Amino acid sequence: MVSSLRRNGVAAAALATVTSLVLAACGGDDDDTGEPADGETGQASTEFEFFSWWTGAGDSEGKQALLDLFAEQHPGVEIIDAAVAGGAGTNAQAVLTTRLQAGDPPDSYQRHVGAELQPDIEAGLVEDLTWLYEEEGWMDVFPEDMLDLITVDDRIYSVPVNIHRSNLLWYNPAVLAEVGITAPPTSWDEFLQQATTLEAAGKTPLTIGPSWTQKHLLENVLLGELGAEAYSGLWDGSTDWESSEVTAALDMFTQVLSHTNVGEAAADWQPALDPVIEGDAAYNVMGDWANTYFTTAQGLTYQTEYNVTTSPGTEGVFNFLSDSFTLPEGAPHRDLAVEWLRLAGSQEGQDTFNPVKGSIPARTDADASLYTGYLEMPLTDWNDPEIELVGSLAHGVVAGGAFNTDIDSALGEFVASGDSAQFASAVKEAYENTQ
Amino acid sequence: MHRIRKWGPAALLVAPSLLAIGVFVYGFLGWNLRVSLSDWRGLRANYDYAGLDNYRRLAEDSRFTDGVQNVVVFTLVFVAGTLVAGFLLALLLERGIRGEAFFRTVFLFPMAISFIATAIIWRWLLSNATGAQETGLNKLFDSVGLGFLANDWFKSDSNWAVASVAIAAGWALVGYIMALFLAGMRGVSDDLREAARVDGASEAKAFWFVVRPMLLPVVMSAIVILAHISLKTFDLIYAMDAKSRKIETPALYMWFTTFEGLNFSIGAAIATLLVVGIALVIVPYIWYSVRSERRS
Repeated sequence: MVSSLRRNGVAAAALATVTSLVLAACGGDDDDTGEPADGETGQASTEFEFFSWWTGAGDSEGKQALLDLFAEQHPGVEIIDAAVAGGAGTNAQAVLTTRLQAGDPPDSYQRHVGAELQPDIEAGLVEDLTWLYEEEGWMDVFPEDMLDLITVDDRIYSVPVNIHRSNLLWYNPAVLAEVGITAPPTSWDEFLQQATTLEAAGKTPLTIGPSWTQKHLLENVLLGELGAEAYSGLWDGSTDWESSEVTAALDMFTQVLSHTNVGEAAADWQPALDPVIEGDAAYNVMGDWANTYFTTAQGLTYQTEYNVTTSPGTEGVFNFLSDSFTLPEGAPHRDLAVEWLRLAGSQEGQDTFNPVKGSIPARTDADASLYTGYLEMPLTDWNDPEIELVGSLAHGVVAGGAFNTDIDSALGEFVASGDSAQFASAVKEAYENTQ
Repeated sequence: MHRIRKWGPAALLVAPSLLAIGVFVYGFLGWNLRVSLSDWRGLRANYDYAGLDNYRRLAEDSRFTDGVQNVVVFTLVFVAGTLVAGFLLALLLERGIRGEAFFRTVFLFPMAISFIATAIIWRWLLSNATGAQETGLNKLFDSVGLGFLANDWFKSDSNWAVASVAIAAGWALVGYIMALFLAGMRGVSDDLREAARVDGASEAKAFWFVVRPMLLPVVMSAIVILAHISLKTFDLIYAMDAKSRKIETPALYMWFTTFEGLNFSIGAAIATLLVVGIALVIVPYIWYSVRSERRS
């Protein structure tokens, strides 16, 4: 019985391969034999493919608003919205990697700005967009600190469309009032003191989710303990991972973690917020996509039912992450791709996309009246010339590809063992190996 | 000439599948092996020969060695548990209870559910949250006064955390194994049992000495099927708790290091080791079945 099962399996696999070969052969030249272009557009492309991992609530509506605006400006163009869901973009990245290596790029794709784009640049897969920045005058409308972070060898390769903030401490004001805490902590030391009070009252001080949320917490503890400059130095080699300051900050992370529910960590970031909402826990460190969850999914009121402040020790610092769009080398419809990037970087484009997505524009000249509720806070800070900008680790700004994966490996052990020295030396080694 | 006429048509018929398997299975196995011996990092292919560097690095990588330990625990619990449970279920159904067809379907049903969905259900059932967040089995135990059975399951600090993932995998496949055993038991001719009874054997003895030995081929193939599923399991663990070192296996590490870390050569080395692992299970089986086919 099994041997016949095996034989059938082989035959089925062979059939599937042959079928897919035939299909591939038939489907290959779709682009060229599509409907003829409208008379007046002449040589212009009639198709545009945008690749992203935006499929969730808020994300996909924001993307749709921007695509609709693009369609309005380019009537007669067929827009292909190639989105792959899941894993904060890791699934999409696997699909995209395969396509890029096969020389079959979309016309534009989404990447987190910063180090995550580095492998694409090194492999020569994306075009230099510096000329577009100069033509559109973007050098003056994006914050200089951010441009510095995304410039590689004097060139810029992507257009940031939005900004999310990472260093945020979300809390339930009612829980704080209940145990007699007047204000959220402004340092991690103060957090530890409050944690004792909270635990005595039977509350979880800080909630946590799966491993990437632990990395998210780590970056903000490091930022709060080390300050913006030393934190940034961790990613360019100017701060020594094995220095006593960093070790102390890592030990602080371990202490903070001991006041969380890490042993029974939630399965995702939303269920990690639930105990805060329900009044069983006080704090959660999460990026500002949490706001959409509080308001849209849970229907809560900002400032009364939930509130937010910068994570301990990071006042005056903006730890950002950003999505950006690229121009792949060999994009099949390059003319439209360039138009798309122009729109994505324009004030109109950014003000269309961001209020729907629940983020703020990367440009500093946004129409402030569109950003109400929570979004007022990051918008004010982003446009404040005094603010110090740093990039997020968990979201690919300061460490990409191999380095970030090695940090994952080391962090998995660190969370279990609490051995900060071992973690520091592992990360230092990973940094040196991947430079 | 007439010899070609004899085997020509047959060769022509198998040629397409032979070619497809040659290219897409063995060709890519070879290509993967080559990548595993290279120094390929980043998005551009790089085939510079690096010898066994990648394998050496994996041997020192605790994330990989922990993963190997997890997959061994997972395989042992999953294969043994599913075999025993599947056998017992088949035994019960074989007694000819009423509504057998109904139960057969019920037990087989979980196999129709994708591993992702299975993982989401069991992630909730095996949650170790306490207090207001308590759910699933722990809550059930608590509410029937068996609170001492509550467990940290796949979040446990013990090396056996991954065994609770095997419970979910076993739940999904136990019906299939039951069906295999049931078919095996039904395949034993009644005449043989009758003969045993005539010779004065009790039901239990007739089963043990007549039916059981004839189930050996079923056990062999069940083990092979379960063991290779176990080595490949990816989606179940990914959806339960991605990147949790407590339950991560090499199959997951391979994916993360390849597509997040862009360490293509390391990923290929893990893939090669997985193939070797699966071959260790399957080759003896093929050898065994070829030999027994030749004998008969």
